[in-house]
Amino acid sequence: MSLTQRAADPAALRRKRARERWCTLGFLSPWLVGFSVFFGYPLLATVYFSFMHYNQIEPPTFVGLRNWAYVLTQMPLFGPALWNTVWLVVVMVALRVAFGLGVGLLVTKIKAGVGFFRTAFYIPYLAPPVAATVAFVFLLNPGTGPVNGLLARIGIHAPNWFNDPAWAKPSLVLLSLWGIGDLMVIFMAALLDVPREQYEAAELDGAGPLSRFRYVTWPNITPIVMFAVVTGVVQTMQYYTQALVAGKLASGVTIGPGSQIQPGYPDHSTLTVPQLVWSLGFQNFNTGAACVLSLVLFALAMAVTTLLMRKRAGLLAAED
Amino acid sequence: MTTPAPNPSAPGPSAPALAPAPAPAAVRRTSGRRRGRTRRAPGRPGSRRNTRLLHWIAVHTGAVAAALFFVLPFVFVFLTSVMSDRQAMSGELWPHGWHWSNYTEVFRTPGFLDWWRNSLMYALLGTVCTVCSSVPVAYALAKFRFRGRRTAVLLVISTMMLPPQVVVIPMYLVWAQQFHLAGTLWPLIIPMAFGDAYSIFLLRQFLLTIPKEYVESAKVDGCGELRTLLRIVVPMAKPGIAAVSLFQFFYCWNDYFGPQIYAAQNPGAWTLSYGLETFKTAHSVNWNLTMAATLLVMAPVILVFFFAQKAFVEGVTLTGVKG
Repeated sequence: MSLTQRAADPAALRRKRARERWCTLGFLSPWLVGFSVFFGYPLLATVYFSFMHYNQIEPPTFVGLRNWAYVLTQMPLFGPALWNTVWLVVVMVALRVAFGLGVGLLVTKIKAGVGFFRTAFYIPYLAPPVAATVAFVFLLNPGTGPVNGLLARIGIHAPNWFNDPAWAKPSLVLLSLWGIGDLMVIFMAALLDVPREQYEAAELDGAGPLSRFRYVTWPNITPIVMFAVVTGVVQTMQYYTQALVAGKLASGVTIGPGSQIQPGYPDHSTLTVPQLVWSLGFQNFNTGAACVLSLVLFALAMAVTTLLMRKRAGLLAAED
Repeated sequence: MTTPAPNPSAPGPSAPALAPAPAPAAVRRTSGRRRGRTRRAPGRPGSRRNTRLLHWIAVHTGAVAAALFFVLPFVFVFLTSVMSDRQAMSGELWPHGWHWSNYTEVFRTPGFLDWWRNSLMYALLGTVCTVCSSVPVAYALAKFRFRGRRTAVLLVISTMMLPPQVVVIPMYLVWAQQFHLAGTLWPLIIPMAFGDAYSIFLLRQFLLTIPKEYVESAKVDGCGELRTLLRIVVPMAKPGIAAVSLFQFFYCWNDYFGPQIYAAQNPGAWTLSYGLETFKTAHSVNWNLTMAATLLVMAPVILVFFFAQKAFVEGVTLTGVKG
């Protein structure tokens, strides 16, 4: 710090330090306030409410660990919701990363019309999740949907997609693969960053395409793959909008807006933990149980985040 | 490996001196695993050209197939959106007549224009609030040295990772019971005036790339921190700010969870993303109108993308994958 060196007088130096500290605080103040008011407080309040019986009308009463015992051992939907979330985290993330890498590779190999293909592959990612889900529920609807119509024409008996408990989650995976644009761009950038000399040298050594991928491409892009997996896991743990909208629309229930149907149609197969939090808190007004479940979700997310912090190379790389 | 590789560009930048032959490290890795094998004989030039052609055909067939997967949903949605009510229920693919009136019909749906207005208000106000509050925080985290800076950055990243559902219940109770703002979008906009973790993180990543000499020379010239930020840093950080603004705009435009929590009970406060879902239920089986509305919700973000591609690319490289 060239400025502090110039100030020889220790008192002036101290004054300067104090001013700097206030300045730092001032710049950080929006976030300091935001973090404590919109994160710290509600987190503490969630812990508080998890020990309370509270239906949002009468004042809360203390019930000890009863909410916890109810959610973790008795609540029938907790198991399915947790299972669905884990299923989606494993299958959706794995397929998205694999497909994203595949499309990224494809784009780097295309010679004619790169611009068109790149844009075409990227655009679906931009579609608002609700709109994309509405579109897919229509495309895949078993009655009049164009996909099943086309499949029937070539003699394939198509599944009932969002209306079949066994196919509802795979349909959501299909929807998520449609919006692969983000991963495609990331992988494309990573693939183009692999030094060309390494490929040329490998080729001279007689490495075929597969071993070139295995020994040149893969070691170079592993950090990006890790990054994609971790952010994918974090995102999928929050999986909410698409599952809820798909379930509601596919169920075909036409009770007006703000409908009270339970999420998870068909047969709880699309119920995820975040949806259950919403359903408990805002449909059943069981604040205590909803808060317990929020904390379970918080613990899971923290576990993943901590894991990420360990391997934070990608996120903090540019520091200093 | 007795003959030196006739590769003009070798050794690569990463080639260490420990290899006797001037071959890049990766080659050693490649050949090391398969030393026992004989080298493949180089093919005749003709067959080589054939393989290239086959490769070209394979790649472009794959590209066309993938393009169909990505584009056809839009095509079907569009074709259905211009069908007559009856045809939309028939499962046919090509419209008999082009019923553009479906689009005007959508706009005449009660509330649709309000949803547009609300979406725009939420997205614009949210973006402005986020950028104004996040830039100073990101600047402090990137350029100031103070105790606890590392912890602060880690906290920002942690909050960025957490599902919004974790803290939503007490938050809702406060907004609904203390401030009586349930049924409006303000509970979503106001917190954005206090910094958004994701935007802070992205902006900090961008500001780290600005050489500190600029900042220091501004201070030598007698600029206070605030003036340095506004006069020197913000103009240099324009691309980063543009990218963050776009991301935040899209986030607000696409947000479903937030409006569902706070605006559900008041249809006058619904956004497009939230209202669209009720469209299907209101128009029971009219897939044509629903598809027209779906396209109208998709259109703005896609248009914005085409006008702001550069800022987008900037943003993608910012998301931390540069490491």
